[in-house]
Amino acid sequence: MTELLALTALEAHRAMVAGELDAGEYADAWRRAAAGDELNAYLWRDEDSGPSPIAVERPSVAPIAVKDIFCTEGVPTTAGSRILEGYRPPYTATAVRKLIEAGAPILGKTNMDEFAMGSSNENSAYGPVLNPWDRERVPGGSSGGSAAAVAGGLAPWAIGTDTGGSIRQPAALCGIVGLKPTYGAISRYGMIAFASSLDQCGPFTRDVSDAALMLAILQGQDPCDSTSVGLPKPPSLPDRENLSGLRFGVPEDLASQVFDSGVRDVFEATLKKIESLGGEVDTVSLPHAEHGISAYYVIAPAEASSNLARYDGVRYGMRAPSSGDVIEMYEQTRAQGFGAEVKRRIMLGTYALSSGYYEAYYGQAQKVRTKIAADFKSAFDQVDFVVTPTSPSVAFKLGEKTADPLSMYLNDFFTVPMSLAGVPAISIPAGLAQPNDGGPELPVGFQIAAPAFAEQKLLSAAYALEQGIGFDARPPGAPGVSPSSAPYTARDQKRTGSGGGDGG
Amino acid sequence: MAKLARLGLSEEEVERMAGELSGILEHVDRIAELDLNDVEPTSHVVELENVLRADVPHESLAPEVALASAPDPAEGAFRVPSPQAEE
Repeated sequence: MTELLALTALEAHRAMVAGELDAGEYADAWRRAAAGDELNAYLWRDEDSGPSPIAVERPSVAPIAVKDIFCTEGVPTTAGSRILEGYRPPYTATAVRKLIEAGAPILGKTNMDEFAMGSSNENSAYGPVLNPWDRERVPGGSSGGSAAAVAGGLAPWAIGTDTGGSIRQPAALCGIVGLKPTYGAISRYGMIAFASSLDQCGPFTRDVSDAALMLAILQGQDPCDSTSVGLPKPPSLPDRENLSGLRFGVPEDLASQVFDSGVRDVFEATLKKIESLGGEVDTVSLPHAEHGISAYYVIAPAEASSNLARYDGVRYGMRAPSSGDVIEMYEQTRAQGFGAEVKRRIMLGTYALSSGYYEAYYGQAQKVRTKIAADFKSAFDQVDFVVTPTSPSVAFKLGEKTADPLSMYLNDFFTVPMSLAGVPAISIPAGLAQPNDGGPELPVGFQIAAPAFAEQKLLSAAYALEQGIGFDARPPGAPGVSPSSAPYTARDQKRTGSGGGDGG
Repeated sequence: MAKLARLGLSEEEVERMAGELSGILEHVDRIAELDLNDVEPTSHVVELENVLRADVPHESLAPEVALASAPDPAEGAFRVPSPQAEE
């Protein structure tokens, strides 16, 4: 079984199509692996392949873990919040429907920061997800469950959402590939809204080829989402062998940014790798990117405060018992249903949109956004890609940043500018580094951003770089691990009942 | 502000949040100093024209399906407390 789980989604798909792999047996092996979840990665799991609105008749694609932000007909959908406890949507999100139609069984729904607000998965109402590399550390967020599931051998691949880094950062902290496509590439119908001008769906995979395969399934215009446009054409599988003729731009102020020395070392080694593969490394100027966090933490909460107005205890989810009038019922339901971070952002957003402050905050932030988008446009006149570390640090300890919301927000420093500019960006694992507070080495992500709708070019370059880097370390218990590359062999042996492979 | 957001916050929450929000706003206020008078705001990054579909009737959710997740459905509708509850 370990061998089965060691296959990438692409390898499994090819074997199923060729009739060399029994699709039902393969899906069942993954269901057993998912049943051994010790990371709190799943909020709901499909226990069997019996009749269900989301069942797949003839599976031919690897089963998938779905972030609990996607509506799935008849299956609990909470967005990590108490306020949606018990909610079973009457319809399925387009992204999930496309995966089901392509032949991918749904393994389960993954844990997340409440309404996708967070960078550590500690804002979930259902408890934090643990990082499979070190269970005392966070997996990143907000799509922490999807990232941990793929990295920890509980799913072959997964989907998540990225508003300011929520795919790329957890992918980096868990040592896997995470892609945020161009805004509009994938339908968001049925994807519970956080900040509508930024939210985008994307894949978590073990490698770049799997990301291309999943993007080909997911992308496309959807009559149910007026902001969806799809890609110029579906991506094909990347096969580029080198980076010759491609220019990679490093933001010129990167040297002055504060981030972990271990992350810096891996980043610089990766730049050297790019050059050894024939690529050119230049510096580019993104003068307004430093204001990305400020603009983002006005725009995202403002849009969230509007989007989350719908949770009022009337049509779905929980209602707090109250003896007063309907207004009191709203206030009590929202007070009991929302967690601290969601309340904080609703308050921040309500303030930023309130009369007298709108221009100074939301209006000004939207202008900064224009400048950041323009910065990227002129950078892409000079280079093919902009590259940065994905996250300023490796995975940090559970509880380390929860007391200081601003320090948590600053984690998104490298990922937010691309979200504001709407351009695609991928994080690939680039190496291991020791955390600043000591302990075993943890994965470091390398972020590559490309012009809007240039996913094909982005995936090709990421693929060539991935082959050049040859990152093959895996956390304990994850399939595809070789004893020499497993950093935690001792703990690995203690791990039982995961069904996710034992290091073979 | 909590009233405006329909959030019933406790005294303690209000106090804690006031401190946290001022810290965040202090950081955010850095963009207030930028001179962006001539810059157009961006509300949507991809250039798109709004399109309307043809106004053709199609099937929608059956009432019992739409009400299935409601906390207090009654007589084919969503029941809520009176807007003017007795004190």
